[in-house]
Amino acid sequence: MNFTFTQDQLDFQEAISSMLRVEVTADSIRARWKNESGVDSAFMQQAHDLGLNSMLIPESLGGLGLTPVDFILLAEACGEVALPEPLVESVMVTTPSLVDILDQGLGNADVQKVIDGVLAGEVRVALGHAINPCINYADSADWFLLPDGDGVYLLPKEAVTLEVKTSVDPSRRLFAASFAVSDAYLVADGDAGANLQRAMLNRGALASAAQLVGLSRGMLQQSVSYTSDREQFGRAIGANQAVKHLLADVAVQVEYAKPVIYRAAYTVGVSPTRADFAVSHAKSAAGGAALLASRHCMQVFGAMGYTWECDLQIWAKRSWALAREWGDEGFHNNRIHEWLLRKNALLGPEYTFGRSSLTDKANAG
Amino acid sequence: MDLVYTEQQQAFRAEVRDWLAANVPSERLPSFDTAEGFEAHREWERTLAKGNWGMVTWPTDYGGRGCDLIEWLIFEEEYYRAGAPLRVNQNGIFLLGPTLMEYGTPEQKARFIPAMASGDEIWAQGWSEPNAGSDMAAIRCRADRDGDEFVINGQKIWSTRAVYADWVFGLFRTDPESSRHHGLSKILVPLNSEGVTVRPIPQLNGLPGFAEIFFDDVRVPAFNLLGGEGEGWRIAMATAGFERGLMLRSPARFQQASKRLVALYREHGSDVIDPSIEAAVVRCYMDAEAYALSTYQTASKLCSGGSIGAEASCNKIFWSEMDLLIHETAMNLLGARAEIEPHTAAEFAELGTWLDGFMFAQSGPIYAGTNEIQRNIIAERVLGMPRK
Repeated sequence: MNFTFTQDQLDFQEAISSMLRVEVTADSIRARWKNESGVDSAFMQQAHDLGLNSMLIPESLGGLGLTPVDFILLAEACGEVALPEPLVESVMVTTPSLVDILDQGLGNADVQKVIDGVLAGEVRVALGHAINPCINYADSADWFLLPDGDGVYLLPKEAVTLEVKTSVDPSRRLFAASFAVSDAYLVADGDAGANLQRAMLNRGALASAAQLVGLSRGMLQQSVSYTSDREQFGRAIGANQAVKHLLADVAVQVEYAKPVIYRAAYTVGVSPTRADFAVSHAKSAAGGAALLASRHCMQVFGAMGYTWECDLQIWAKRSWALAREWGDEGFHNNRIHEWLLRKNALLGPEYTFGRSSLTDKANAG
Repeated sequence: MDLVYTEQQQAFRAEVRDWLAANVPSERLPSFDTAEGFEAHREWERTLAKGNWGMVTWPTDYGGRGCDLIEWLIFEEEYYRAGAPLRVNQNGIFLLGPTLMEYGTPEQKARFIPAMASGDEIWAQGWSEPNAGSDMAAIRCRADRDGDEFVINGQKIWSTRAVYADWVFGLFRTDPESSRHHGLSKILVPLNSEGVTVRPIPQLNGLPGFAEIFFDDVRVPAFNLLGGEGEGWRIAMATAGFERGLMLRSPARFQQASKRLVALYREHGSDVIDPSIEAAVVRCYMDAEAYALSTYQTASKLCSGGSIGAEASCNKIFWSEMDLLIHETAMNLLGARAEIEPHTAAEFAELGTWLDGFMFAQSGPIYAGTNEIQRNIIAERVLGMPRK
């Protein structure tokens, strides 16, 4: 039992965080709003060169063979700078779903081709799921992984029709996707398709949970900095307890969302279809923390927080969106509720890490 | 990251479970805030000590098992799972014990630790004074050096367990010229000393869980000074950090309570028409797990040579508010029956100990530093907001 990250994992997080803080600034995000594709190609190339796209692809397929635990701190770091491009979703949700398809002996010749394209940094895949009405950055995708009923389809962009939707968050480029169902594109159906979609949901909720924690931390930092500088009644407004306590409450929620997300990342790494409880807890906690952060932080910014000019909007609006994408708090609390009421639910302090934590690996063999 | 218990950890869990199954009293002990209950709980401490289960993290020389913090968590999980009695020894083993280990002389350790471990000497704490509550640096109770002795005069208040305990540890002003956190020292005082008057204070449940202590020319040997003279504040902060940081409220306590809450909800949920109760039950279960996960994270960090960070000051707010929610939710599930104090076995079967727990939960946001003080600490020391 060791619930810590390795020094390598922490060092990699630090390296990526430093890079993100330099490359993804509020100004560069606003620049994306005016740019046709919304993509900072130089940044995406840099992320690819750092190996991010291949991190969760097994070595046998040419990737780095790492796990969600290895990536989860990077996902937080991407949230902390409010990175607009759906890099976290690509690495943690879409690519592993393609790998799932191959692992289970499903799919068609396109799957391998698309994974190779992702490894080469030449192909971007967008993923749709019944729980989400839209797909973010669908306009820059080359391929789509889309559901229809229990079926999962891998389609080239030419086979998909996109309808523009406008998000409250100017960084999000939303599209509703539709396609003509055809067996030519079918990669899984029946139970296999349903299981893939269930795994996608858990991977997706985990990816947004990690970013939500990062977003919360970003909002806290901006608020601490602003309330330390802004003076009223002859002193910094952040010296007032009423202001301090608003932000302390956020800090507590964020602090307690983190280990929940790390357990979920570990659990998804072991089995993404058996991670419902851990993932739902993570998404619920992280969404709650980020929504509280967006509200309290906007409050301490005063009228400034209500302006377009104030960068807080970038983080707050992303939180509003991600807290509800991949299942909102009600959806995930409901999954936990159902689990708690099961006759055979393993409840109590000895089951914090589930049944598998109590079975020695060697014996389980 | 490896979230599987080792074979050794699983064997340890099995050993704890077996021992508790054979030794936990089958009858509920009376409250330790009664004379009879106090002695019954002291007996239980003796039983634990005989099995070397009193404080598993202590070295074997002091009656412990030299366990690491993960094993301590496993012990606590099994302890609460077994429904074992509350620890009347808590002030000693969780608060003073670790301080003695770190700051005590070999002679002091030999004098105090074995008697603490065996339950022969039960400790009360003496921090607050009538004018030093949240502002602990305002302590005025004096301990004047007189040769090989200290002469103590003044008053302490809200001293937990002081009514029946044998000793009190606390902070006293040893330098009369000093102010604030300077010139304070940590001193250990037998409560049967001449000049000590203990006035019980009934708590919300009517029982004297704490007391006022009056010191009137109380003489204790200089031997009872823990750490250096004037070092008291620093030592107390180390204790307070430990208290808030990890061991004061082990996660298993809340996980077990939230498990009982789910059981109560399964039993009564369909009688309840308020849909917010479902959400509250889910929230309680999640929060108890979050607290456990956070503690495992800290324990793992400490086991791998790391240290507790300032973020640990978030703990107290989190568990105290969770404890309130757990018990409020149980009271809501019981509805109008919630006010009934159980006395008979049938009443206990129907009502559990939720009412008692609910009352105790009211104190959580207040003791060990009010949650308002905790929020100030988080804002200033974790977030870095301006003090003035």
